[in-house]
Amino acid sequence: MNRTKSLDSDLKKITVICGHYGSGKTNIAVNLAIRCKAEHPERLISCADVDIVNPYFRTADAKDILAASGVIPLIPEFANSNVDIPSLPHRLTSLRAENIGDNECIVIDVGGDEGAVALGMISRQLGEVPHDMFYVVNKYRPLTADPRDAADLMREIEAVSGLRCTGVINNSSLGGETTAEDIIDSVEYARECAALCGLPLLFHGYYEDLLPHLPERFKEAGLTDETLFPMRNVTKKLF
Amino acid sequence: MAKKVLMKGNEAIAEAAIASGCLHFFGYPITPQTEISEYMAKRMPKVGGLCLQAESEVAAINMTMGAAAAGSRVMTSSSSPGISLKSEGISYIAGCDLPCLIVNVQRGGPGLGGIQPSQADYYQATRGVGHGDMRLIVLAPSSVQEMASLTAEAFDLADIYRMPAMLLADGALGQMMEPVDFSAFPKRELPEKTWAANGHGDARGKNIVNSLYIDPKVLEDSVVERYKRYAEIEAKEVKYEEYMTEDADIVIVAYGITARIAKSAVNAAREDGIKAGLLRPITLWPFPKAKIAELADRAKAFMSVEMSMGQMIDDVKLAVNGKRPVTFYGRTGGMIPSVEEIAKEISALAESL
Repeated sequence: MNRTKSLDSDLKKITVICGHYGSGKTNIAVNLAIRCKAEHPERLISCADVDIVNPYFRTADAKDILAASGVIPLIPEFANSNVDIPSLPHRLTSLRAENIGDNECIVIDVGGDEGAVALGMISRQLGEVPHDMFYVVNKYRPLTADPRDAADLMREIEAVSGLRCTGVINNSSLGGETTAEDIIDSVEYARECAALCGLPLLFHGYYEDLLPHLPERFKEAGLTDETLFPMRNVTKKLF
Repeated sequence: MAKKVLMKGNEAIAEAAIASGCLHFFGYPITPQTEISEYMAKRMPKVGGLCLQAESEVAAINMTMGAAAAGSRVMTSSSSPGISLKSEGISYIAGCDLPCLIVNVQRGGPGLGGIQPSQADYYQATRGVGHGDMRLIVLAPSSVQEMASLTAEAFDLADIYRMPAMLLADGALGQMMEPVDFSAFPKRELPEKTWAANGHGDARGKNIVNSLYIDPKVLEDSVVERYKRYAEIEAKEVKYEEYMTEDADIVIVAYGITARIAKSAVNAAREDGIKAGLLRPITLWPFPKAKIAELADRAKAFMSVEMSMGQMIDDVKLAVNGKRPVTFYGRTGGMIPSVEEIAKEISALAESL
C-alpha cells in the first residue's frame, strides 16, 4: 500500500489505467502523470488518450493542464471533434519496445468497460515492455457497486485488451458532492474488490480541493495504514 | 442501490425507466445516446424485461408502437438524425392514442451534423415531429437527477393522457456525471389500460388500435377529442423553475444544460449590479406562456439563450406578446455557450435599456 510514496520506481514504462465507464480513469491517469513528472522532472512522461467510446469527457480535455505540467499529451487527432470514429494517437499505434526510452513513461487512459478493446491491437507490443495495468473502482457507480460485478468487469476488460491487471485503485466518488464519509465507507468495498480480483489495492484517490482534511479523517476513523492519493479534478466544467 | 449513486445522464434515463416499470426498450445506436441502449442491454435481462437493438430507428419506433398497443410501458431513444427517422412512427403513435416515451439526446444538425451537444431540435419536438394535428408532451431535464426524475414523470404523463411523451436532452447532459437519488420519485395515480390490445381470454370485446379513418368527419371528431386532452395538459401540466425573477429587469429564458450555464451568468450579472433572473421551462410543451406573460408585466426585457440559431425564442415572443423586447444569444453546431459569453450579452442588453 505504499505505491504513491515513490512513484518513480513504481510507474513502469507503460502504465495502463482501465475501469468501468465513469470510474474516474481520466482523473487518475492525468494526476498520476502530473505527480510523477513533478517528483521526477528528468523523466519523460506522456499521457495518452485511448478512449474510443466516450465522445466528450476524456483526457483530451486536460491537454493544456498536462502540457503546463510538463507532461506530453498524446491525443487522437479527432478527439472532441465531430469525427465519430475511434482513432488512437499515432505514437501508440507505432509503439515498439525499442522506441520507448529508458527514462520514458507513458500513462495510458483507456475507454470504459470493453472500450479497452482498443488496447488489443497494441497488446503484443505492450506485453514486451515493462508495464502495469491498474483497474479503477468506484463504489458509487451502480453497475459495479457489488464487488463481484467489479471483479467480473475486470476480467472482461482483461479478455478484450489482451493484458492482465496488476493492481486496483479505489476512486470511489460522488463527483462534487463527495464527502469524507463516502470515501471512508468505500474502503471496505475497495478491499473486497482487490481480494476478488486477486490484486493489491494501491491507493484511494480523492479530490484535494474538495476534501482537504481527508487524511486526518482517515486517521480518526482508524484507517492509519491506507495510502491516499490527492488529485485535482481535471474534467471539463460547463457552468 | 446506495442512496446516492454517480451516473451519466444517459444511464440515469435508462435506470429511471426500469425503476418506473418500463419492460420494453427498442433502440438503435447513435452518439451521444448509445449508453442508454448499452445500459438497457445489461439491465433489462436482469429484471425480466426486453432490450432489443432493432435494424434501424424506423423499426425501433414501430416496435415501440406495437408494445405500447399491447399495454406495455415502453421506451425508445435516439439522437437528432435518428428522431427524424422515427417521425412517421411517432405520428402513428399519436394517432393511435398510445403512451410511450421517446428520448432525444440532441446533437448538432442539420443532416448528419455532428456528435457534440445541441438544442436545435426544439422546433421538431414542439412543432413538427410528425405529420398531422398532433402534440408531444416535451420535458427538458437540466441535471442528471432530472434525467431520472423527468423520465419517471414523462412515463406517467404519457399514461395519464394516452399520448407519446418526449424527453428532450442533449449530448452534454447525456454524457456528464452527477450524483442521482432514485429513492424519492413522486408516483402518480395511473388509469388502467382498458384499451390495450392484449390477451384477455374472451373476457371482453376486442380492442382495436388504429390511426386510419375512412370517414373524414369521424377523423375530425377524433382529432377534436384529442385536442380537448391537449387543452387539459396545457392547463394542468406546465412546469418551470424561476431563479431571481422577482425583481429582475432582464429575464433570461433557457432550458436544459443551457439553463445551468445561464444561471451562472445570472449570478455574474447580479455581482455586477444588473438585476437579471432566469426562467427555465421544464415542460417545453406545454410551454410556460402564462408565467412569461406575467413576468412581461414587470421585467424590462427578455433574452432567450439556446444552443441553436433561435427556436424557443418564438415561444417566448408569443408569450411576451409584444410587451417587451425579446433578444437572443446562442451557439450552434455543437458549440456550448460559456458563462462569460452569456454574462457579456446580459450586460450589453442592460446598457441598451
